[in-house]
Amino acid sequence: MHLDHDVTYPQRHTHSADPHRADGTRRALRIGLGGPVGSGKTATVAALCRALRAELSMAVVTNDIYTREDAEFLLREAVLPPERISAVETGACPHTAIRDDISANLEAVEELEDSVGPLDLILVESGGDNLTATFSRGLVDAQIFVIDVAGGDDIPRKGGPGVTTADLLVVNKTDLAPHVGSDLERMARDAAAQRGELPVAFQSLRGGEGVAPVAAWVRERIAAWVVR
Amino acid sequence: MSLATLLVLADGRFPAGGHAHSGGAEAACKAGRIHDAATLADFCRGRLHTAGVTAAALAAAAALGLDPVELDAAADARTPSPALRAAARRLGRQLMRAARATWPDPGLDALAAAFPRGAHQPVVLGTAARAAGLGALDAAHVAAYESVSGPATATVRLLGLDPFEASGVLARLAPELDGVAAGAAEAALLARTEGPDALPAPSSPLLEIAAQVHADWPVRLFAS
Repeated sequence: MHLDHDVTYPQRHTHSADPHRADGTRRALRIGLGGPVGSGKTATVAALCRALRAELSMAVVTNDIYTREDAEFLLREAVLPPERISAVETGACPHTAIRDDISANLEAVEELEDSVGPLDLILVESGGDNLTATFSRGLVDAQIFVIDVAGGDDIPRKGGPGVTTADLLVVNKTDLAPHVGSDLERMARDAAAQRGELPVAFQSLRGGEGVAPVAAWVRERIAAWVVR
Repeated sequence: MSLATLLVLADGRFPAGGHAHSGGAEAACKAGRIHDAATLADFCRGRLHTAGVTAAALAAAAALGLDPVELDAAADARTPSPALRAAARRLGRQLMRAARATWPDPGLDALAAAFPRGAHQPVVLGTAARAAGLGALDAAHVAAYESVSGPATATVRLLGLDPFEASGVLARLAPELDGVAAGAAEAALLARTEGPDALPAPSSPLLEIAAQVHADWPVRLFAS
């Protein structure tokens, strides 16, 4: 079996940990956003684009389950020019496209860098999936898991790979907590027990600070990426 | 050749993008042409003896070392539907990424450089098989199997078809798959002396037309 040839190839072609593109230039930081259906991933992506687009060159890849709904929402809201938004089709398996077979997503991010680059940041939004969906490290450098208070305040306690291991857990729609009987303090306690030192952001996009805490976290990742 | 290497390349979980494509099964399910295990078997048999034969011969020829640029043109000529050409090139590009990372090889590098936006998937498949140390018959087997395994797994998702029944459909097609692969390998040998025009070119007009219609659906589960 020709597992490898005698010659040493200068690079692999998955670009996983390698911060450089095939042509030697530095690639964009890639951040994944995953989480259950309806938790506010697309709304968070839209808010992040509005908050960061003036200071960063950005693009978005969406992974819709069976339509181009998320990409079209972002286009309609005009959070970025259309050429900076790309949709990947996932064959009814959104977690496969972000974890087990990332080829279509890698192609989408490379196409965006080719066509509208150089880019500082690419947000890769997963299709709404279950609590076990996480991104491959070959696709993203950091991942945000978005849940919401209306999905049940026991989700942090239940854990699962997304809640437990994501680099940032966002608990969205905190403004709804009193209306759906969710206990935010309990969610914070349970999340801390599951995640240890990993950060949690409580967010409402309908007032208060909005997306600002999450945007600040993204800025920190960008700063760390630039000097890496 | 190594049987184990063949299994690695043929594995449905080999990360080359195929999971997002139904091989025409989504359009056929919607039209009612596939609605149970028996009609899935009919669909798969039809696809195997048309698109499957063509893909297997192209893959075998690429594995034999025929000029992949000429083979890619031959694949274009055998694929009238622009939607299917686009899908084949997208899948070829994705397979190229996975193959280069798995079996680094100058032949794959040259093909990637010649077609930065993707060569037809069967041509890449044959070149990848060659890079992995596999032969023309091996490449033909993989291409023939992929021509029916994709629609079968897609139908499990689309119709909630019993997965055991879908596997049974594939198992019963095995003798025909072997026959198609053997014929493809022979055609590839012939093409080595007579050129790519000697490769078979059966096609299914209904698959081509349905793929064009499917590409315009606003709501769909699969990319093709």
